[in-house]
Amino acid sequence: MTDPRTLAPPSLETHVAAHDETFLDSNELVINMGPQHPATHGVLRVILRLDGEKVLGLECVIGYLHRGVEKIAENRTYTMFNPYVDRMDYVAAVSNGLGYCEAVEKLLSVEAPPRAQYIRVILTELNRIASHQLWLGTHALDIGAITPLFYTFRDREEILKIFEKYCGARLTTHAFRIGGLQYEAYDGFEADVKNFVKFVKPKIDEYEELLTTNRIWLERTKGVGVISGKDCIALGVTGPVLRASGVKWDLRKAQPYANYKNFNFEIPTGENGDTYDRYIVRMIEMRQALRIIEQAVEGIPEGPIMAKVPKVMKPPVGEIYHSIEAPKGELGYFIVSDGSTQPYRVRVRPPSFVNLQALDLMCRGQLVADVIAVIGTLDIVLGEVDR
Amino acid sequence: MHDFLNSITDYLQNSNQTPGAAGNFFWATVYILLVFVGLSVAVIAMNWLERKILAHMQVRLGPMRVGPHGLLQPIADALKLLLKEDIIPAEADVTVFWIAPFIVVLAAFTVFVVVPFGPTHAITDMNIGILFMLGVSSLSVLGIVTAGWASNSHYPLIGALRSSAQMVSYEVAMGLAVVSAIMMTSLHGMGFYGVAPPGPADSGTLSMIDIVKMQQDQHIWFLFKFFPLGIIAFAIFAIAMVAETNRAPFDLPEAESELTAGFHTEYSGFRWSLFFLAEYSAMIAVSSIAVTLWLGGWLRPFPNALSGATWDLLFSIIPGATFLFLGALCFYSTARMPKHPLFRIQTMGLAGFGALLALIGIVLLIPGPRHWVQDIFWFSAKVAGFMYLYIWYRGTFPRYRFDQLMKVGWKVLLPIGLALLILTAVVGMRTELLAQVKEVLHR
Repeated sequence: MTDPRTLAPPSLETHVAAHDETFLDSNELVINMGPQHPATHGVLRVILRLDGEKVLGLECVIGYLHRGVEKIAENRTYTMFNPYVDRMDYVAAVSNGLGYCEAVEKLLSVEAPPRAQYIRVILTELNRIASHQLWLGTHALDIGAITPLFYTFRDREEILKIFEKYCGARLTTHAFRIGGLQYEAYDGFEADVKNFVKFVKPKIDEYEELLTTNRIWLERTKGVGVISGKDCIALGVTGPVLRASGVKWDLRKAQPYANYKNFNFEIPTGENGDTYDRYIVRMIEMRQALRIIEQAVEGIPEGPIMAKVPKVMKPPVGEIYHSIEAPKGELGYFIVSDGSTQPYRVRVRPPSFVNLQALDLMCRGQLVADVIAVIGTLDIVLGEVDR
Repeated sequence: MHDFLNSITDYLQNSNQTPGAAGNFFWATVYILLVFVGLSVAVIAMNWLERKILAHMQVRLGPMRVGPHGLLQPIADALKLLLKEDIIPAEADVTVFWIAPFIVVLAAFTVFVVVPFGPTHAITDMNIGILFMLGVSSLSVLGIVTAGWASNSHYPLIGALRSSAQMVSYEVAMGLAVVSAIMMTSLHGMGFYGVAPPGPADSGTLSMIDIVKMQQDQHIWFLFKFFPLGIIAFAIFAIAMVAETNRAPFDLPEAESELTAGFHTEYSGFRWSLFFLAEYSAMIAVSSIAVTLWLGGWLRPFPNALSGATWDLLFSIIPGATFLFLGALCFYSTARMPKHPLFRIQTMGLAGFGALLALIGIVLLIPGPRHWVQDIFWFSAKVAGFMYLYIWYRGTFPRYRFDQLMKVGWKVLLPIGLALLILTAVVGMRTELLAQVKEVLHR
């Protein structure tokens, strides 16, 4: 029997040639999944080569949501481009904004004041929880458990309410400004955050109660979509996927940005690199995010929220690469400045886009149902993949 | 004509007559109509209940807009489905595409020919009733396969293949569990509670009505007979029947996250609603089998432990009381309705519905209808319990993967079922077996 992982790469041109290598002498079935498909998380199109229900290989067709964000950046000033980054990973808009603002701040050699940093950390970690909640709900829905979706959305709502109160927007928040924050935290912000932490802790237990020890859930996730740490590094896969494969790599610890070095938290890692480990890692990450929020909200210092940044930003000629740990992995911004008000080039390294290329490797030899589970567990957002 | 009228008067005077026996064609027809109407109402009610119950499990309200508490939602849906454009894909095999839903519906409805709602409340009483039920209900797989094939599209095809494999393999385990129950009809054992008098083995039966009567005679539901064998058989059946009806967590053929809608992806409008109707009536059908075989069919709970005129009266009031309670619930909700002029019609509608339920409740308290409806009520109540389980499963479990589903069917349920069959036989015949062993030893 041939190991499907050793088969030729899944290109439709080669699929006739690959036919002889299938284990059964049956015709291959090429199935087109998406872009209109309930489980491809937006507009991902996956072309599956199947032998019965076994996946021989797959090819992702992306670009249905391409808006040319990087090109738009070249025609906008640094400030004007800021809201655009929210539209990439729209379920973790705050993280996107943080990455961009910090990158430009680095380019300008300014640093946000401590108070701004603390509020940034609180909002970013809240967004991490919101993103993980959305991931959990949709992932469980793909595997057939419909109830967690409603539980997670009920609780995510509380986070969105805090965002709404803080900056008026729920999804594409544009929460941060280059150099700090535009808005001071509203009255009762700290109480709201504390209440939320208290509210959501038992809720996370509730999600786990439904899934963690559920027999069917275990069967559907254990040993599904296994990827080794080595493969992860080779493919550039980051975030919870990488950590679930046993590599302890979290940019918040590895190259602390914002003021993450001031907080105590742990980086969860898995052992097997399967879907279940990724699930557990993300569940623990939610709890760790709560820990960070608790510490941050206790220690918000007084002071200004905006550093001294010129109205018209003209960063010195040069380039910068700054990356942060977004909920989905390493989110990097490479910005080249030619000294004018507009960036010469902005290149985004989106975690979803890079993680998605592991899909083929993870799905080889699995069944169609596992493809759905793996797409869910990679936690991709097509807005970020296509940009 | 005279004979015909005679048969009616006969039946009315002597309602212990066996349904479906010669001369009962009139009543068979009446029951066919009753069952058809009842089933349609049950499916509509089930539609609303499933949405509501599932919604409340998922911290939401469910339908609230169409009618008070969304009561008219299923009717609105049915109207929508009837008015929708009837699409037949250009590449489809039109004739087969056209026939497929009818096969499914026919199979699902025909099953009810032998379902006993009471000792005299059945369309007919076949001496091979349970075989007929299993046979006809497994015909629906034919409709599903043809539907998937006729659509001439990848997703329905995979859905149909999955469905046929699933239904065929679970039927085996299901059959074994059923055989175990049928064996119990002929085996007198002490059982767990020791209520059945040990005696000579009767001849067994396949008739649905007689199966329940055996449980009555032996003073025990087969669920508890030969404890824990009855419960195990019931459990096997309860798992297999969910797989058989393609419901969560075994709803692979229509796994919407993988195969969009499985075998009925290409169906729309009225044809789709036929599949829907068939799915729900199949659920009711298999639940009726389970109720008949293990839960004492139409028998009220504790007919022996709590016997006597007082208890009889008390239990006979329950149907009416249930409806009165539902009516009271409606009135309570009426009182809680927003006091806004916009809600006036809804409030009145809800009150009217409550009044209707209360009226039914009162009618069911009158001695005549009270006794007539007893059997049907207890049967329906037990089936309703299963329906609730179906919804509960759907709200709780993720979906099995295809190979795991097969593994559960062939590697878990089937061996257990086989072992169970042998054990039932051994336990049931233990006195005879012991006698034989003794004889051999004496020789």
